[in-house]
Amino acid sequence: MTDAILSTQGLTRYFGGLAAVSNVTLAFNKAEVHAVIGPNGAGKSTLINLLSGDLAPSAGSISLLGLDITGLPAHRISQLGVGRSYQKTNIFLPFTAFENCRLAAQSRLPSSMRFFRPAGRHQSANQAAERAMVQAGLEGRGGVVAAALSHGEQRQLEIAMTLATQPRLLLLDEPLAGMGAEESARVVELLQKLVRDHAILLVEHDMDAVFAVANVLTVMVNGTVLESGTPEQIRNSAAVQEAYLGAEEASHE
Amino acid sequence: MASVSSGRSRAGMVTLLICLAALLFLPAVSEKFYVQLFTKMMIMAIFAMSLDLIMGYAGLVSFGHAAFFGSAGYVLAYAAPQYQAANFWTSLPLAMGLSALLALAIGLLVLRTAGIYFIMVTLAFAQMLYFLFHDTKIVGGSDGVYIYVRPDASIAGWKPFDLENYNHLYYVVLVLVTLTFLLLRRVLGSLFGRVIVGIRTNEQRMKSLGFPTFRYKLACFVISGTLAGMAGYLAATQFGVVNPDMLGWHLSGSAMMMVILGGMGTLSGAALGAFVMMLAEIGFQALPQAGAINLGKHWQLFMGTFIVLVALLLPHGLLGLIGSVRGRKEGAGD
Repeated sequence: MTDAILSTQGLTRYFGGLAAVSNVTLAFNKAEVHAVIGPNGAGKSTLINLLSGDLAPSAGSISLLGLDITGLPAHRISQLGVGRSYQKTNIFLPFTAFENCRLAAQSRLPSSMRFFRPAGRHQSANQAAERAMVQAGLEGRGGVVAAALSHGEQRQLEIAMTLATQPRLLLLDEPLAGMGAEESARVVELLQKLVRDHAILLVEHDMDAVFAVANVLTVMVNGTVLESGTPEQIRNSAAVQEAYLGAEEASHE
Repeated sequence: MASVSSGRSRAGMVTLLICLAALLFLPAVSEKFYVQLFTKMMIMAIFAMSLDLIMGYAGLVSFGHAAFFGSAGYVLAYAAPQYQAANFWTSLPLAMGLSALLALAIGLLVLRTAGIYFIMVTLAFAQMLYFLFHDTKIVGGSDGVYIYVRPDASIAGWKPFDLENYNHLYYVVLVLVTLTFLLLRRVLGSLFGRVIVGIRTNEQRMKSLGFPTFRYKLACFVISGTLAGMAGYLAATQFGVVNPDMLGWHLSGSAMMMVILGGMGTLSGAALGAFVMMLAEIGFQALPQAGAINLGKHWQLFMGTFIVLVALLLPHGLLGLIGSVRGRKEGAGD
C-alpha cells in the first residue's frame, strides 16, 4: 500500500437522505487495476464522480499523492493527473477523432489561453494526441468525424481522450459497455498495457473482463464497501457470493 | 477532413473576397443614401458578429448585448466636448475599453448561470443600464444627447481621413468590419477558439479534461462585449446621437435575429444576417398600397413572417442554404 496514487478516507456523499456513497476508504496504487464492482445503484459511478471532482463529497477526504484534493473542482483534479472516462460516451461528436484527442491534449499545454496561433500548430499537443490515438488502437481513424465512428471506436476514443491528458490515475466508468466480444478483448489488452505505468480504477459489469485484468477487487453494495481484496479472495468470499455474485447467478437461472 | 474543409473554405474565401470587392467599389457607383445605408449595415454586421461569438460559438444566448453597444456610444457622447470633436484615436479605445470592463463586471456575475437563466440575467443587466440612462438626467435622459461633431482623426496636424465625409466614414467602417472578421476568424481557429466550441458542445467534459471553463467563457464574453462596443461607437459616430434605445432589449433582440437569420455559429452568417435583415426592412417598407391597405406601413408583419419562415425552414440560417448547396455544413469551423 505504499504506492498509493490516490486514497480516500471515509468518503461519503448524500443525495437528499440517501447515502449514495457511504464511508468508503480505499487506496488506488500504481501499476494496479483496481476494479470496483457491484449491482446497479451500488454507488460505483458516484464514487468515480467524487474522485474526479464532478461531485463534491458530503464527508470524508480524498488525497492524491499526499495532497488533499477534497472538494477541488473537476478541472483542477484533472490537471493534477486524474483522468476519467464516462459510462455514456461523452465525446465531441462534431469534431474528428484526432481533434477530440488534440483538444484533450491541449489542456496540458502551459496555457491554452492562446488567441492567435492556429490550434493545429501546437506540436506537443499534436504529438500527445497522436500517441493517445495509437495507444487506444485508433491508428488511422484520426480524420473521421467522431459521430461517424462505430460504437466500439467511440468507446476507444473516450479512453484515448483521457490518455491524451497524460493522467497518472485513470478512472474508467464501464469502458466495455455495449462492446462486442472482439472489441472488448482489444480494450482488455489495452488495459493490460496501460497498467504498467498507470493506476487504474475500473468500474465494469463484464465479469470475465474484470477477473482477467484486475489486481484488486472491491465490491460495493448500497454505497458501502462490502469486501476488498485480490480476485481470489473476492471469488471465495461468502459475503460477496451472497450479496452479488450469488444474486447474479440466481438471476441467470 | 483536410481536403473537404479546405475546399469548402476556399470557396467561402472566394465568395467573401467578391463581397469585399463589391463593397470597395460601392461608393464609386452609388449615391449618398446607399453609402450611408451600407455603412450602417456594416456597423450592424460588427455587432452581429460580436454577438455570434458568445451566442453561436460559446452557446451562451446573451439577450443584453446592446448594453455594450449603447455604453460605448455614451462614452463617445461623454468624451466629445459640446460643439467640438472628440479625438478618434483616444475615444475609440476608451469606448471599447469601458465596454470591456463592463463586460468583465457583468460577465463575472451572469456567467455563473446557464441556459434560460443566462438569457434572463443578461436581459436584466441591460435593462438596468437602459433605465439608468432613461430615468436619470446624467446624459440627456430619455431624449439622449447629440454628438454635434464627429470624432477627429488628425495625428499631429495630419488628417488621414475625415469622418464628416460620408465616404471616408464608409471606408473606415469597411476596414473595421474586415478587421473584426479576420480577428474573430483567427481567434476561433486558435486553441482558445477550439476550447470555446468544446464548451458549447460539452462543458462537463471540458472540465473533466482539465479546462477551467469559467475563465474561457469570461474571456469570450469580454471580447464579445468589446467588439459590440466598437460597433456602438461607430453607430454613435454615424448618427450623431445617442439615446437609451441603444441599450434596450429591442436592439439586443434585433442582433439576435440577425445572427439567427444568417446562421448562428458562423461569422459570415452573422454578417450576412445583418445585411439581409436591414435590406428586408427597407424592402418591406417600400411595399405598395394594396387596395385600402398600405402594405409598407405594416412592414413588421412581413418581417416577422420572414424571420419565422427562415427559423422554421432553415435551421442553419440563410448561410446554411448556401452551405447545403455546396456541401454538408461543417459542425465546428467558421
